[in-house]
Amino acid sequence: MSLLALSDITIRYSRLTAVRDVSFSMAEGEILFITGPNGAGKSSLLRAIAGVTPVAGGRIDLAGQEITSQAPENIARLGFSMVPEGREVFGSLTIEENLLIGTGMHANNRGWRTRAASELEAVYATFPMLKERRNGQAGLLSGGQQQMLVIGRALMTNPKLIAIDEPSLGLAPNITDQVYERLIVLRAQRGLTLLIVEQSSARAMMVGGRMILMRGGQIVLDGDARTLGNGEAIQAAYFGYEDH
Amino acid sequence: MLQILFDALSLGSLYALGALGIALIFGVMRLVNFAHGDVIAFCVFALLWPSTDAMAIVFAGQLPWYLLVPFVLLCGAGLSVLCEIVVFRRFRKANPATMMITSFALGFVIRYFLLMLYSSRPKSISLLPTLSQPVEIFGARLPLLQLITIIATMAILIGLTLFLRQTRFGLEMRAAAENFSMARMLGVRANRVIMGAFALSGALAGAIALIFGSQTGTADIQMGASIMLMAFIATVIGGLGSLGGAVLAGFLLGAASVVMQVMLPVDARPFRDAFVYGAVILVLLFRPQGLIAARGTKERV
Ligand SMILES: Nc1ncnc2c1ncn2[C@@H]1O[C@H](COP(=O)(O)OP(=O)(O)O)[C@@H](O)[C@H]1O
Ligand SMILES: [Mg+2]
Repeated sequence: MSLLALSDITIRYSRLTAVRDVSFSMAEGEILFITGPNGAGKSSLLRAIAGVTPVAGGRIDLAGQEITSQAPENIARLGFSMVPEGREVFGSLTIEENLLIGTGMHANNRGWRTRAASELEAVYATFPMLKERRNGQAGLLSGGQQQMLVIGRALMTNPKLIAIDEPSLGLAPNITDQVYERLIVLRAQRGLTLLIVEQSSARAMMVGGRMILMRGGQIVLDGDARTLGNGEAIQAAYFGYEDH
Repeated sequence: MLQILFDALSLGSLYALGALGIALIFGVMRLVNFAHGDVIAFCVFALLWPSTDAMAIVFAGQLPWYLLVPFVLLCGAGLSVLCEIVVFRRFRKANPATMMITSFALGFVIRYFLLMLYSSRPKSISLLPTLSQPVEIFGARLPLLQLITIIATMAILIGLTLFLRQTRFGLEMRAAAENFSMARMLGVRANRVIMGAFALSGALAGAIALIFGSQTGTADIQMGASIMLMAFIATVIGGLGSLGGAVLAGFLLGAASVVMQVMLPVDARPFRDAFVYGAVILVLLFRPQGLIAARGTKERV
């Protein structure tokens, strides 16, 4: 059974159709890249899964339950954790507070700090820099550090599936390398399922796994990242966008 | 001199508490709640039996203070949460202007409800009469009430700060105020946070009702409106949604009003408020985002 399944998802912003009849599913433990040029509808799709952007048609299932039009907080409880485009760090909170927000669904009010402690330690073990600056204001971190923070923040909800929208956005290539290194380690450690959005297919080819290419709100290619990336179809699919 | 300081602090306390009630709700809902002043009036009238006579028939107002205070705070919180559940919840996806007008309308509903039960005549009440005795501090004679107002306000501010900083719920409120949809994606329950903000805001309205009611000794259906105008201004000067800014600006406005009352030449005193508003315009010209700009301008979802 698949962990996440989308069927015929359509998303509209008033009269603009941003995503049209998109269907795909992900198995548990899979790594899937969604790539495609700016405006292809990748972020809209992720936000629809998370429940913050309404869908105009279609159906989404997560872990055997229908989640179409459910509240984001309920979708999070089913094991979906989102790292949105632009990261959306809570800049006025401390780093530790950013991490602790996501523990609310598992720990109740009494002694929540102690209950969250083991999860915190696990995240700090992966990102020691976060521990060093735990009481610092999150808004003062650099872009790369913020990216680490929001990945840690997503982990704190103890998710089955993490969706990350353009983790490389605004980061130097060597920092992006570090981010991906951690992601791959985390995936192995925790058996995470990863859904990663990037504009370029270069990362997907480096990391491997499955890749979907979107253009104009639709899926144009779906297959193994390395096979697709080296073929000619991807060139045509990418540059086809600029034709009209 | 000491007298001026205490006058400024106690007037500022009212403005600060009022501004805080508005800022709390604006923070999580991007709603400027114009019904807030009427919740204050409601809390005062909750102490009286409904009657249109000129004489107030005291009901809960006779309770000893340790019952009176929780009763009024609960009235405010209860009404405020009721407004959320019955009215505002239905408008959550509406644009800010629609919500603002809704809150205006709701304020009128509350006001006319009071009008119907109690008539429009102000009624004299004596709340906690022992508090009007003067006390002597550093050679100045001050009404005990003024001292208690200031102490109670400080206690509320410290309590609220601790609540927001130390509790799980406080953390969720701060996160939701900065970026509501991100907080929800991390599992923060939207309804719980918004109801919490309304409850806190309503309890603050109850606190203002107690203080203002004891200071003026009257129950008047317009009483909320007079404080709320200054409180709204304080919220805007403070930087809409910034709690610290709202409190700071509330105290500054209180101080400005009192200082101008003393400093202005006698002939100009009736125009004191005009000078206060003039100062407000100056502040906003130089800092349009408010004294302390609130973080997170993300739209709520
Ligand atoms: N909130 C929004 N309101 C209106 N149009 C939007 C909104 N978000 C995205 N769009 C439009 O939807 C299309 C897809 O956008 P998006 O999902 O952000 O694509 P991508 O992430 O692939 O760049 C674009 O044409 C974009 O302008
Ligand atoms: Mg995008």
